[in-house]
Amino acid sequence: MSNLFTSSIGKKLVMSLSGLFLIVFLLVHLGANLTIFGGEEAYNAMCNFMDTNIFIRIMVPVLAAGFIIHILYAFILTLKNRTARPVRYSVQNLSKSSEWESRNMFVLGIIILGFLFIHLFDFWSQMQLQHFTGGTPTSNPYELVVDKFSNVVFVCIYIIWIWALWFHLRHGFWSAFHTIGLDNQIWIKRWKCIANIYAFVVAIGFTIIPLYVVFQSLCGLA
Amino acid sequence: MSILDSKIPAGPLKDKWSKHKADIKVVSPANKRKLDIIVVGTGLGGASAAASLGELGYNVKVFCISDSPRRAHSIAAQGGINAAKNYQNDNDSTYRLFYDTIKGGDYRAREANVYRLAEVSNLIIDQCVAQGVPFARDYGGLLDNRSFGGAQVSRTFYARGQTGQQLLLGAYAALNRQIAKGSVKSYPRHEMLDLVLVDGKARGIITRNLVTGEIERFGAHAVVLASGGYGNVFFLSTNAMNSNGSAAWQCYKKGAMFANPCFTQIHPTCIPVHGTQQSKLTLMSESLRNDGRIWVPKKKEDVEKLRKKQIKASQIPEEDRDYYLERRYPAFGNLVPRDVASRAAKERCDAGFGVNDTGLAVFLDFSTAINRLGKNIIEQRYGNLFQMYEKITDVNPYEEPMMIYPAVHYTMGGIWVDYNLMTTIPGLYALGEANFSDHGANRLGASALMQGLADGYFVIPYTIGDYLSKDIQTPKIDTNTPEFEAAEKAVREKIDKLLHMQGNLSVDDLHKKLGHIMWEHVGMARNKKGLEEAITLIQEVRKEFWENVRVPGKNEEFNQELEKAIRLADFLEMGELMARDALNRNESCGGHFREEYQTEEGEALRDDENYKYVAVWEYKGQNETPELHKEELVFENIKVAQRNYKD
Amino acid sequence: MNLKLKIWRQKNAKDSGRFEEYHVENISPDTSFLEMLDILNNNLIHEGKDPVVFDHDGREGICGMCSLFIDGRAHGPDDDITTCQLHMRKFKDGDTITIEPWRSAAFPVIKDLAVDRSAFDKILQAGGFISVNTGGVPDANAIPIPKKDADEAMDASACIGCGACVATCKNGSAMLFVAARVSALAKLPQGRIEASRRAKAMVAKMDELGFGGCTNTGACEAECPKGISIAHIARLNREFICAKLKD
Repeated sequence: MSNLFTSSIGKKLVMSLSGLFLIVFLLVHLGANLTIFGGEEAYNAMCNFMDTNIFIRIMVPVLAAGFIIHILYAFILTLKNRTARPVRYSVQNLSKSSEWESRNMFVLGIIILGFLFIHLFDFWSQMQLQHFTGGTPTSNPYELVVDKFSNVVFVCIYIIWIWALWFHLRHGFWSAFHTIGLDNQIWIKRWKCIANIYAFVVAIGFTIIPLYVVFQSLCGLA
Repeated sequence: MSILDSKIPAGPLKDKWSKHKADIKVVSPANKRKLDIIVVGTGLGGASAAASLGELGYNVKVFCISDSPRRAHSIAAQGGINAAKNYQNDNDSTYRLFYDTIKGGDYRAREANVYRLAEVSNLIIDQCVAQGVPFARDYGGLLDNRSFGGAQVSRTFYARGQTGQQLLLGAYAALNRQIAKGSVKSYPRHEMLDLVLVDGKARGIITRNLVTGEIERFGAHAVVLASGGYGNVFFLSTNAMNSNGSAAWQCYKKGAMFANPCFTQIHPTCIPVHGTQQSKLTLMSESLRNDGRIWVPKKKEDVEKLRKKQIKASQIPEEDRDYYLERRYPAFGNLVPRDVASRAAKERCDAGFGVNDTGLAVFLDFSTAINRLGKNIIEQRYGNLFQMYEKITDVNPYEEPMMIYPAVHYTMGGIWVDYNLMTTIPGLYALGEANFSDHGANRLGASALMQGLADGYFVIPYTIGDYLSKDIQTPKIDTNTPEFEAAEKAVREKIDKLLHMQGNLSVDDLHKKLGHIMWEHVGMARNKKGLEEAITLIQEVRKEFWENVRVPGKNEEFNQELEKAIRLADFLEMGELMARDALNRNESCGGHFREEYQTEEGEALRDDENYKYVAVWEYKGQNETPELHKEELVFENIKVAQRNYKD
Repeated sequence: MNLKLKIWRQKNAKDSGRFEEYHVENISPDTSFLEMLDILNNNLIHEGKDPVVFDHDGREGICGMCSLFIDGRAHGPDDDITTCQLHMRKFKDGDTITIEPWRSAAFPVIKDLAVDRSAFDKILQAGGFISVNTGGVPDANAIPIPKKDADEAMDASACIGCGACVATCKNGSAMLFVAARVSALAKLPQGRIEASRRAKAMVAKMDELGFGGCTNTGACEAECPKGISIAHIARLNREFICAKLKD
């Protein structure tokens, strides 16, 4: 394993593995959130499970580490890559040769990171975090969610964030497998297809939740 | 015998090479480390020689004019490489390859050299496969072959349409391995401008660093010249833009004699010239003649309509097409040797059947093959060539036939060498296209790659040892001697003179003039009057060059015009020698066609009684007539006969 | 055709360089792009100006010498070609064409449009070969190689070392170049033997020479004149990671 992680491919491997870990997390997160369609009781029960289950409690710091590593290496790699072209082209047309999101993963990552802080502050800090700090979590997470998503502006920002994530995942998903070396000419196409399905499922899933809530509140049902 | 001793070993033909190898001396590993060798050029000959000599333990310095050894023009060879493996069970053998090569060369090559070439051809294929050259294979995993002109067997190994590239990458990889080990030192973007002789032996070279303009001296115990051919004397050719004959020409001027300079190969399948502003001609591989059929219309009115673009070639019915190669040469058909195919195309175009607006093109048609094999198979075989043709001409060759016309491609002539590949200067060797030895008056397709690699991998590593074994006491060559001083001074003076002229014509203007004279008078068909005229005309252009050329910039910079000017100065002398040689050779043979000497059917008419020799020219000084020496060719194993590709 | 050319001029590696404008007239659409530059240079010489330096040699799309960044794309506005195969019919009369050299820290400009690509040679010297000496090798047909593997090796071997991949990549990465060589040799039984050592040595050299890293944008594949697939990069990753894990 000597020097694996100091090589360019090794660093990229770190991005790939941490990315795949976050991809799995997103699916778990989405699955949990979808319980909102089961109503207040189901959602609160899920939150309670998340707060108390020992496996989840162990995984929370691991997840945080996953995020930090992914972000840290993104900075390291991007800075290094920028030094490889000290003089820029006066005209460069990359739209014919590559997908927009593939060239803008870092920017998309920054956008996602910014919104992530808002997201953590709004929800996680009042829910699971309190269990770690010994504080008092919100008594009714369902209400907290409904309360936040009743705000149309907040929902719009939230949805923009999700679709930035969609872009990020569309490239990130197949790219992760490519970096590990788990593809060939046939599997590149397959992974890209699976990546599209995955990114679409995640993005739609996370989008319909706030839409469902805001729609309910606008119609005065909640 | 004159001063030319070809050193051909005695004994039966098939034993000559083994016997010679057993007889010559070798250098011990401890002594090899003390010996320096300079290799000029990194094509198939140069790269394979430098790598092999480095492996043996010599200190090798290798020079090339491009930015990397991998750019050498061997890379552009498309079709394949011959070897007498007989993998196809079609009764091929060393003897048959030898025979085909001698016959293809119109009986103007040395028997012993050609037999050795055929003998080592099989080793080349083994070597290349071991290096990772991805030759085409069949579903069983074994190597595939195709046919080339002048042969009735399938003995050509190929890697799609990029065989030269793959072989060169193999040799280049072997070279890289030695560079990494330190046994070879590479000098890219360095051009050899002179050869340095000490006590009559080749002991070093003077180079110009093409980026900085620095003039440098390099000493060595032996110098190996693998600098390619001089086809660019014609300005328009299939050679790379930077291919030139200057290194060889400097050796000629230092005493290495030049053999058969007039033997030029005109390749039949090139994309026709489209206008006066063209700088380069593009070759379409000979392999296309495996499945392509060459024709022109039978009727003049169809020709007229084609030229006016009123009809397309595909609209001309089968019965109105003249497949003239199949008509004239039923036994070989479209796969006659290059010189025969080129002349036949010229004959049809001269008769007014040329199919494009300049009247200088014939069709190469794949419709029969596409109907027989399907588009897929044709695409697999020639896909990249078809794509290249379409990019250049904007015509889709799957639908309309290609238009082709002959163009200058290869020079069979070159520095005279003996059986050991040593020139008339002791310690100076010449390999590949730079020498003259193996192809006679016409080279068969897929044989250039074979010769370059044979010389580099399997001949020079043995024969150079014989010479160097007498040099093991010679210390490192000191470059601070009057000989190096004088050579460097001459180079600097020449460059200064070129830069100070500041005339009115660019190097290209003058090169085009030379090219035009060469093509008109020393091209596909030559005659006494034209050749005499050419000599005068070339002398005039040369005078004009030295009075009126404009070379911008200075020496101490990356100056591509200066590079071109230095090369053109030599082309202007070379062209004259080519014309002289063509004038001397009162016969037609292979690529050399003298209109006065032809059969009633228009075939080349050799004169074996008077011209069965290698014409070897010795430099006698600036503006002096060179002296002709003759090396008689002795054919003990082959019956010399009129070439027959009809039955 | 009449055209306006915006060409990068730089005296030497130390000069900072600038764009200069030129005009060429009466260019035939059948002229190749490099012939158009030949015409420009001939005009410049007659006007007493310095001609534009650009690398070119074989002009058959195979030597890999030509290296121009034309209107924002490596080898210009056509697919699967080198600059020498680009023809003026791809442009319109009156167009302004911007011509720049390859831009990469690992490919410093030598003069005008010519760059130094010796970094590629250095990478190949680090391990892009099979360690066999001349002579003493087995018969060429001694080891059968599945056609599929030979074909794939040939696909990767088609690389001409022009550097368009590096020039195009937003990170100036040489991964496609390295991958093509590693992959070509790894697919053959002869090259398999040293595959691990080769991958490690070539990647280490690539990293050392200042190329950027791969972010899988795929631009290299799209602009590669030989259409070499980024699937070879996946194979390089696999070879490299497995080799490192075994260390």
